[in-house]
Amino acid sequence: MEHKDNSDAGFPRCFARRTVLQVVLGLVPGWPLLKGAMAQESVPHQIRPQAGDRFVFATGERKGNLIAPADLPSGGPPVTAYPMDPHSRIVGDGSRLNQVLLIHFEPEALAEDTRVRAAAGIVAYSAICTHAGCDVADWKDQAKTLICFCHYAEFDPKDGARVLDGPAPRRLAALPLKVADGFVTAAGGFIGRVGFQPG
Amino acid sequence: MISAKTLLAFAAVVCIGLMPGVSAAQGIANYSPVTDQRLQKPEPHNWLMYRGTYDGWGYSPLDKISAANVKKLAPVWSLSTGVIEGHQAPPIVNDGVMFITTPQNQVFALDAKIGDLMWRHKRELPDDIILSHPTNRGVGLYDDKVYFGTLDCHLVALDAKTGQVIWDKTVDDYKKGYYITLAPLVARGKIIVGMSGGEYGIRGYIAAFDAKTGEEVWKTYTIPGPGEPGHETWPGDTWKTGAVSVWITGHYDPQFNLTYWGTGNTAPWPGDAHPGDNLYATSVIALDADTGKLKGYHQYHWNDSWDWDEVSAPILIDVPRDGRTIKALVHPARSGYLWLLERTAEAIKFVEGKPYVKQDVFASIDPTTGRPTYDEDRKVGLNKAVTFCPSLWGGKDWTPAAYSPQTGYLYIPANENLCSYLVGKETPYEPGKLFLGIDRTATKLLMAEGAKHIGELQAWDMKTFQKVWTHQFKWMNWGPVLTTAGGLVFLGGTNDRYFRAFDAKTGTPLWEYRTNSGITAVPTSYAVDGVQYIAVQSGWGVDAQKMQARLDTLLGTSTIVPQGGVLWVFALRD
Repeated sequence: MEHKDNSDAGFPRCFARRTVLQVVLGLVPGWPLLKGAMAQESVPHQIRPQAGDRFVFATGERKGNLIAPADLPSGGPPVTAYPMDPHSRIVGDGSRLNQVLLIHFEPEALAEDTRVRAAAGIVAYSAICTHAGCDVADWKDQAKTLICFCHYAEFDPKDGARVLDGPAPRRLAALPLKVADGFVTAAGGFIGRVGFQPG
Repeated sequence: MISAKTLLAFAAVVCIGLMPGVSAAQGIANYSPVTDQRLQKPEPHNWLMYRGTYDGWGYSPLDKISAANVKKLAPVWSLSTGVIEGHQAPPIVNDGVMFITTPQNQVFALDAKIGDLMWRHKRELPDDIILSHPTNRGVGLYDDKVYFGTLDCHLVALDAKTGQVIWDKTVDDYKKGYYITLAPLVARGKIIVGMSGGEYGIRGYIAAFDAKTGEEVWKTYTIPGPGEPGHETWPGDTWKTGAVSVWITGHYDPQFNLTYWGTGNTAPWPGDAHPGDNLYATSVIALDADTGKLKGYHQYHWNDSWDWDEVSAPILIDVPRDGRTIKALVHPARSGYLWLLERTAEAIKFVEGKPYVKQDVFASIDPTTGRPTYDEDRKVGLNKAVTFCPSLWGGKDWTPAAYSPQTGYLYIPANENLCSYLVGKETPYEPGKLFLGIDRTATKLLMAEGAKHIGELQAWDMKTFQKVWTHQFKWMNWGPVLTTAGGLVFLGGTNDRYFRAFDAKTGTPLWEYRTNSGITAVPTSYAVDGVQYIAVQSGWGVDAQKMQARLDTLLGTSTIVPQGGVLWVFALRD
């Protein structure tokens, strides 16, 4: 049985912490602003991928269906997915920052650091570009690289999504994976910051 | 154990730190309120709006910096903006106080003479925002307030003296692709903005807000709804997601009380995805400033299929024609055609159109209406691969052309010899997702056969409607243009980081200065204590960077244009 830190199972602990903050911050101006900052933590559909999460198709005819390794074509293209808590079955589609790109490679095609995080050659990255926050939604099939059409940043998914070209300042956030009960499963949270860093 | 008092103090500090839009610095003691009268006839030493005046000339009547002495022009102060990406906003100046905006919606207030920072407003943008066009094109001024639109689709009024937020109005939902990049048009107590976001399949509109309260006064869609004239030009539900953005500040004719706006292309791009004329895409529309009512329009080209946003508002010029003077609208279009129209209180009428760069799409132009026919082999369609010229960035993109009443010339920052290859592809609409209708990875930028250059600065005589000179740049030109009564034309726009001055009459290069980055911002001129200044932001990004990337892919080159914004202010030095 797997559990996640911010799933419903963890709600009482989270709630207690929020209650304390609400009591304190409700007394001061600016509370509504901080409330916004806390939203991601408190809304289940917005919680970032956590260890134990499964994945579902984010778009297309199979939108919402669980993703098994066989659903991912070998050598790409990537499948865009959202995390799903396997216990509550809540899909994390409440924030576009939760979009994950799943790509299946032969394990020997991966750089060593990438292979360690992969599951049977499947790698996962944030679909949000580190340059200006656009969706990384395009795929160069011959080069096996990820492209952000907004400003043509190019990333190498076989090597930790490092930047190959374009204006992105750093690689895409990575998500460690495992295969559990026949499904692609998160082995942890994002490694690296999701999206762009405001100047 | 932490006491409740300590927790409260901590919470207060955290809250202040999270305030969206933090302003700091010394404030402004004396500030000249901006009135309708001043906006209609700005003092020569000021630059009160996006293009200086309502007619959109981009012309300063200051003449102390001239063709005779411009070689002595040198930087007198500068300012680092602290952010990267495309700096496009003009330094707007009101009696010695300068306002600039930057990418990520910062606003700076500065002493225009010596560069002292009076205040700085930093907006905290949502972390899930998409910055597909990470830029802002400037502020609007009215009374004692400064207005700007944001990437999360708010319209904000700041106290001009302190930078404190007076009101902050949510205009639309950024998660559905709506955002604001233009400098607001200020007319008769209203702050008027248009929507960016055509790439996400928005339904574009222009909306006016009360300058004092931020309450919406009127809203006019650029795509007519059911029952409105023109709705029949959109099949089915295509009008709901047809785009027709308004990226750039409109111009204003106080005599007719009409505002003039350039409108964007359709979504998705292939015309056969929404057969019909698709009013009022790729048009100029005239809206009553008080009511927003549509009083006239002219569609430059119908059923756009090339991403040829006609974003720039046409320039208002009096032009001699057939023995009389016509009140003209002049528009160097993204399609590569230079259009001459006549405006009246009731309508907009076609007068003349001709290509100013290579254009292989229009097969003919109706001599009465200006309506083009197309070479169908060059019209992008679903599952159809097409090559066409000029490229999807057009003969001129958003970068404003300028007019000098001294020479009677229109100055066009053009890109010649570029073409595009596009393949149309069925794309489902999803809110907040790109809705272009093309195979994005198949897109290519191409150069015309035998091309030796790309960028141009063209001068056209508005009396004869003929080109009188061209200056060529080897690479692209993304430089908004400034003209002055000193007989000069200023622009940057090239990837070599230069800011340049030309002789307005002859096109002779007279001066250049190498800045920190490439310049894609609007230059302005102003004076304080009798000293004339030229000011411009340097900070490469957005479409200039994208075009460079495509060109590098084509040529197998790797061109580095450093990013990072700096405001430069120049004056004559002995």
